[in-house]
Amino acid sequence: MSYLPNITFFLILFLSLGYFISNFIKLRRNINLGIDLDIDLSVNRKQRWANMAKIALGQSKMVRRPIVGALHVIVYVGFIIINIELLEIVIDGLIGTHRVFSGMGVFYGFLIASFEILAVLVLIAVSVFWIRRNIIKVKRFFENSMKGWPKLDADLILYFEIILMSLFLLMNTTDVAFQNMNNGNIVSGYIYPLFENYSVEALHMMERTFWWMHIIGVLLFLNYLYFSKHLHILLAFPNTFYASLENKGMMGNLKSVTKEVNLMLNDSSTDQEENFEENSNEMMKFGASDVSDLNWLQLLNAYSCTECGRCTSVCPANITGKKLSPRKIMMNTRDRLEEVSRNIDKNKGSFVNDGKKLIDDYISREELWACTSCNACVEECPISIDPLSIILDMRRYLVMEEASAPAELNNMMSNIENNGAPWPYNQMDRLNWKDESL
Amino acid sequence: MSNTLKVNTMADYIAAGKSPEILFWIGCAGSFDDRAKKITKAFVKILNSINVDFAVLGKEESCSGDPAKRAGNEFLFQMQAVSNIEILNSYDIKTIVTTCPHCFNTLKNEYPSLGGNYKVYHHTQFLKSLLNEGRLKIKGGSYKGKKITYHDPCYLGRANNEYEAPRDLIHKLEAELIEMKRCKKDGLCCGAGGAQMFKDAEKGNKEINIERTEDVKETKAEIVATGCPFCNTMLTDGAKTIEEERKISVMDISELIANAQEL
Repeated sequence: MSYLPNITFFLILFLSLGYFISNFIKLRRNINLGIDLDIDLSVNRKQRWANMAKIALGQSKMVRRPIVGALHVIVYVGFIIINIELLEIVIDGLIGTHRVFSGMGVFYGFLIASFEILAVLVLIAVSVFWIRRNIIKVKRFFENSMKGWPKLDADLILYFEIILMSLFLLMNTTDVAFQNMNNGNIVSGYIYPLFENYSVEALHMMERTFWWMHIIGVLLFLNYLYFSKHLHILLAFPNTFYASLENKGMMGNLKSVTKEVNLMLNDSSTDQEENFEENSNEMMKFGASDVSDLNWLQLLNAYSCTECGRCTSVCPANITGKKLSPRKIMMNTRDRLEEVSRNIDKNKGSFVNDGKKLIDDYISREELWACTSCNACVEECPISIDPLSIILDMRRYLVMEEASAPAELNNMMSNIENNGAPWPYNQMDRLNWKDESL
Repeated sequence: MSNTLKVNTMADYIAAGKSPEILFWIGCAGSFDDRAKKITKAFVKILNSINVDFAVLGKEESCSGDPAKRAGNEFLFQMQAVSNIEILNSYDIKTIVTTCPHCFNTLKNEYPSLGGNYKVYHHTQFLKSLLNEGRLKIKGGSYKGKKITYHDPCYLGRANNEYEAPRDLIHKLEAELIEMKRCKKDGLCCGAGGAQMFKDAEKGNKEINIERTEDVKETKAEIVATGCPFCNTMLTDGAKTIEEERKISVMDISELIANAQEL
């Protein structure tokens, strides 16, 4: 009988880690539905590590908005450091010890004291976040695409954090032995008087209850990640590591197009043209109409997005009332990818056409054509997500597969084709300005 | 100063058995748009005044392909790029300077993997280097003490991280540079990028160029300087629409320098 708690703890830990890992494997599978992307990791490896250290670990872009940035750093540092305590909790749970590290003496007190202080700071920061979302109602959290699950998700994360931090403090408060040690109870020591009138047995019961609720809460939260925007706490790292190191203005050249252009320009014999026809019939698709046409980094981007909306708040199209919202592009991409994932699960590992695609069913053409490609969204993203590349890949699909650009753009393009300028001027007149008086 | 501009084509240079220091890539706006042609001329006047040996492609220049690429037509872009690269390489061009940030971005970032490897400079970068080398002298002239604000073209700023060269040139004019609340990395687009220049905007509650012109207005500057023919058009239209009692004039940095030196 005495091993019941240990066994229960082991089972809970085993099941929750197992479920987490199985979802993580699914996440990997879904990201790999994206097409290949040549990233040569042998060059610039240092730069990539440096970017990850600076942007994800160092939160350099978060603090561009200083107040919320600082609050976010508190929650983030709190999250990482308090997790050291999890190690003790897991060992205690598995082998039935109580505060196995407490033998470390003063250092243990120092650790617990810092956890307690951080827990209070996290509570404050998270409360401010809740107020921003629910009382001040910061504008960028309230566009149409944020209704329903995204709003609930954001609030749930805050509630999770408030509950977990409170349980941690209460667990310490009601631990009579720990309070008597008077080593590290820098915050809980002040809460303890509220509980002084309870019997030692009652306090012990409470301590056990808080302890179990805390660890079960942590494991629930871990498993919640896959379904939530909170996934960014893990994916921000690979996302910043793999992010493009090129100038933002560089839009990669499609290799499949290069092949065809070379064929068209170099070989005019009928033989070659037939060849070219054959080649182009080989399932060549230009641009993206669905998630499987995007590359894996774009899909990783979608899973990493935490829907903060900084991108949308600086988007010139969005600021001036157009439908385009870079955040919505990322959210739609993830939603569609999840739909495809469920489809694959249901159909024993292979995707069965559901007659839907990312374009039209999730992202409208009006949104895509409103983009000025100004890179403000890319610049602003705290974890180097690139919504612009998805927009441009979808435009490629609209133009090259469907020939459905807005009429004015078709005019512009036929001008370029006919006379080498986006306007209908003769190429022979390009130097006329030299002799004109203006 | 004489009024005739000295402009030679690459073909002229080859015929004379010489090669120029730089190729000036004019771009479609600079060649055909009435407002942008003035920018082209101003830049040429500066180059002429300090005897910079430059050539243009003239009738052999064609669209860089940027608007087609941003509109999604990768075919047309690469067709343009490959034929431009063929011409540039046949003249053995090493260095290109352009007054258009869109051409600049495309030539610099997107031509190399198609076989076009050149040193590419925006004209403000090139003017800055001439200044550093002591070849170009800038005095403030009529702009001394004037309030000037600077609008960052997206394709020069965020796209290629050049924020300082244009500002350094404005400082040389002894003008008072006032920054807009959204500037440098946070600069707001004029509304023309990504092929928007060639179409009407989608439905919204405001035009982007108006939003941006209001930023300009807020600085109380008399002049908004920029380094892009498209930004120039958008802001000029914006200034006309806002119709202020106090006129905002939109000027390219090369025009400011040429005017100040009374070229």
